[in-house]
Amino acid sequence: MVLIYRGPIEVEALLSRWYGAERNGNYGAMVSFVGTVREEGGIEALSFDIYRPLLDKWFEGWRERLAEKGALLAMAHSEGDVPVHTSSFACAIFSPKRRLALEMLDAFVEDFKANAPIWKYDVIDGKRIYAAERSTPMAGSGLLAKG
Amino acid sequence: MVKVEFLGPIGKSPVEVDASTLADVAEILRRDPEVARWLEQSAVAVNDKMVETLDVKLKSGDRVSLLPPVCGG
Repeated sequence: MVLIYRGPIEVEALLSRWYGAERNGNYGAMVSFVGTVREEGGIEALSFDIYRPLLDKWFEGWRERLAEKGALLAMAHSEGDVPVHTSSFACAIFSPKRRLALEMLDAFVEDFKANAPIWKYDVIDGKRIYAAERSTPMAGSGLLAKG
Repeated sequence: MVKVEFLGPIGKSPVEVDASTLADVAEILRRDPEVARWLEQSAVAVNDKMVETLDVKLKSGDRVSLLPPVCGG
């Protein structure tokens, strides 16, 4: 299951917990990624909506895919407002050897951007504005426009 | 009745519609100008499973979700 934070992720504590939980698991590599909100375009924060049932299904698919390769996946994401210079996304892959973890992290984050059911908003002057131009239609989009 | 929910930025409350297939739902939603503009860019789930055909049969109590373009991270 994806770990959901209301607001920013407590990154130091989370990474330390993930590391501590798996350090005796005989994994030779832990590769982590943390996404931090940049100050740009006059935003004070980013804000997120999540559809949890499908996020968890999507994530479990990846967990199984990695488990078949002997690797372990962990992920956390924020819901609601995340101010600039705080973090909204963290993930880590533990694998027997580094190459697998490095490659799978890249593939996982790319698919996350395209298919995880999460919606992003800029927060400017306290208003939430959907980040339409930075968003990607999910696979299979447009089905209901057909016919 | 089938429940249709609009996720993320669509910002519309769920509606109940009388539909026996996903094609029926498509026809109903195309008539709603508030929703129609999202259809081209939205993916669809039935009872939290992504679907890719309008032939999906629906029964009373089923839930159809519209998922507009995403951007996590």
